[in-house]
Amino acid sequence: MNPTLLQFVLIPAVKIAVVISIILFVVVYLVLLERKVNAWMQSRLGPMRVGWHGVLQTIADVIKLFIKEDITPTHVDRLAFFLAPVILLLPALAAFAVIPLSGQPFRVAGVTVTPWISDVNVGLLFLLAIGSLGVYGIVMAGWASNSKYSMLGALRSAAQMVSYEVPLGLSVVSVLMLAGTASMVGIVRAQAAAGYWFAFWLPYPQIVGLFLYFVSGVAETNRLPFDLPEAENELVAGFHTEYSGMKFAFFFLAEYINMILVGCIVAVLFLGGWLPVTLGIPGLREPLSNFLPLLGDVGATLTGFFWLSAKVLVVLFVYLWMRATFPRYRYDQLMRLGWKWLIPLGLAHVMLTGLVMLLSRG
Amino acid sequence: MFGTREMEINMGPQHPATHGVLRLKLKLDGERVLETRPVIGYLHRGCEKLGEDRTYPQAVVYTDRMDYCAAYAENLVYIEAVERLLGVEVPPRAQYMRVILAELQRIASHLIWLGTHAMDIGALTVFVYGMREREQILDLFESYCGARLTYNALRIGGMPEDFPEGWIDEARRFLDLFPARIEEYNRLLTANRIWLGRTRDVGTIDGPKALDWGMTGPCLRGSGIAYDVRKAIPYEAYADLDFDVPVGDRGDTYDRYLCRMEEMRQSRRIVLQALERLPAGEVRGKVPRRIKPPKGEVYHVNEGPRGELGVYLVSDGSENAYRCRFRSPNFVNLQALPDMIRGHLIADIVAVIGTLDIVLGCVDR
Repeated sequence: MNPTLLQFVLIPAVKIAVVISIILFVVVYLVLLERKVNAWMQSRLGPMRVGWHGVLQTIADVIKLFIKEDITPTHVDRLAFFLAPVILLLPALAAFAVIPLSGQPFRVAGVTVTPWISDVNVGLLFLLAIGSLGVYGIVMAGWASNSKYSMLGALRSAAQMVSYEVPLGLSVVSVLMLAGTASMVGIVRAQAAAGYWFAFWLPYPQIVGLFLYFVSGVAETNRLPFDLPEAENELVAGFHTEYSGMKFAFFFLAEYINMILVGCIVAVLFLGGWLPVTLGIPGLREPLSNFLPLLGDVGATLTGFFWLSAKVLVVLFVYLWMRATFPRYRYDQLMRLGWKWLIPLGLAHVMLTGLVMLLSRG
Repeated sequence: MFGTREMEINMGPQHPATHGVLRLKLKLDGERVLETRPVIGYLHRGCEKLGEDRTYPQAVVYTDRMDYCAAYAENLVYIEAVERLLGVEVPPRAQYMRVILAELQRIASHLIWLGTHAMDIGALTVFVYGMREREQILDLFESYCGARLTYNALRIGGMPEDFPEGWIDEARRFLDLFPARIEEYNRLLTANRIWLGRTRDVGTIDGPKALDWGMTGPCLRGSGIAYDVRKAIPYEAYADLDFDVPVGDRGDTYDRYLCRMEEMRQSRRIVLQALERLPAGEVRGKVPRRIKPPKGEVYHVNEGPRGELGVYLVSDGSENAYRCRFRSPNFVNLQALPDMIRGHLIADIVAVIGTLDIVLGCVDR
């Protein structure tokens, strides 16, 4: 086979397919996990009927959404109504192009395969850029639905997402400064070289940055306590009130994919991506970097993926935990929190990081 | 082309946060509420007219269906009104039993309020926790009278029967557990910044204004006026029992929240005392087989979980009431809604509806 074709078309295509199927699989079980975790926190059992302890519940739900009649209300703007869920879903998926799922490239049939789809040197910028596209889908959905409740939801969402882009951007600046690169792979390698995760950088741990990114990320993904655009008790699902069937499923999917994305970015930027959890004990790093030494590089790749997944899972658990704990912010309070607290905090954090960097280089 | 317009929006009658079939016509400026017009009557079943068509004992079941979250309180006030018409004395044991059940009902009703109110503001877990404890109270009711929602567990002149064996221990077990559970709600909400932000200074109404609207119950006490029928015009065994009437000072949603939380603790205190002092003896007084009160009229009030429940009965000497009229605290409290949310945001509407704790069955009757 033509090696160029193999390298630039076939392998990326296979990798994209693999990544998308991993994401979809994770979404299915994230939904189940959310229901189970919330149920346990609320002294309930959660889904128990479909499969053992409800393990097939989400699959049943997906089938139900698939075979449901796809209703387009007569009063909607058809084109925008159709495009909105797609516009929301695509950027969410596309963002995974630069997420390194593991660290160790491996060789299959004489070709080196990297466990990331692409490693562009502006990876972080790409993420910020593509992450802010999603809001178009929501605004379009609200506008096209031609319903007052949806419109209110969409406007809330637009205001919220635009406001929280700013602290989101600020929170990653300090990581950029520490890593000296915007490549996602480069950022993890910088953490590996430095010997610490950026969240625990010693003169000045980036916990503040982690907190800022996570809070803004929760707001970006419209989850409790920032789920105003779809506040079910006021706006009755907000921007996707008029959607049903697969179109609704797309919104649902996009929301959960974005959650996973936030988890991945937090893990990569602040928690050392695929690096193992060593608790600072020297000598643990080598054995923990490859659980399956017999498989060689493939083993290292799988181990890296395991560590990344574990970190993402922790972040996602915090998501679900917050959902079970907090009431919802009000619109004006949300804006106040974003503009009056998070943005100044972000600015101060960037400056403090710079100062500490300057001093520690001495 | 540019410029802002007011938006008119219809909230309900099918809306998850209007607690039934309340419909609000809203005039909005962006997210800000300019004008609210509640539209009620979607659950009107003519309970008052039915109370005139049926005999006195038959009409009790319709009172069950008015405030279905606190059916026992509605039963009680109606039965007491009939007893006053008849001039029947209720045996002391029955009086204490009535107090016990009424206070358990108050806790159950406040738990529904807490759960739905918190869920409207987004705290999902509190709802499930509240339902969990309410379930235990409903179990107590079920083991007493067989019904869980519409009890009809009162007879003119007393109670249908004594507490079944083991019931008192069961009730004690629940009451021992309950303070820890209240502490759980407390931990989730009371000091929560978001909860404070959502309820402090929202839906504020001061004492005199609340009185002008005729508000009663926790909504009035939250505004600092310590009016409680149980203290003001003691009925049944309340005069012998020791309890406090919590009041707020600012009259906002948070004060009403604190008031109701404290009321649950006080209710527990009342039940414990009543169980302690429960006198022995008969549970049904001497009542004629056919209830035919002498000519006359009576207006009787009780302290329901949502405020002052009133019954006005006119007897013409027959087996049916000539006129039967219910004063619904929900209906009266709901009137203040437009006043309380003017100038607030949409999200506050659900908070204020929640804090008024309306049950549409009782509003529409």
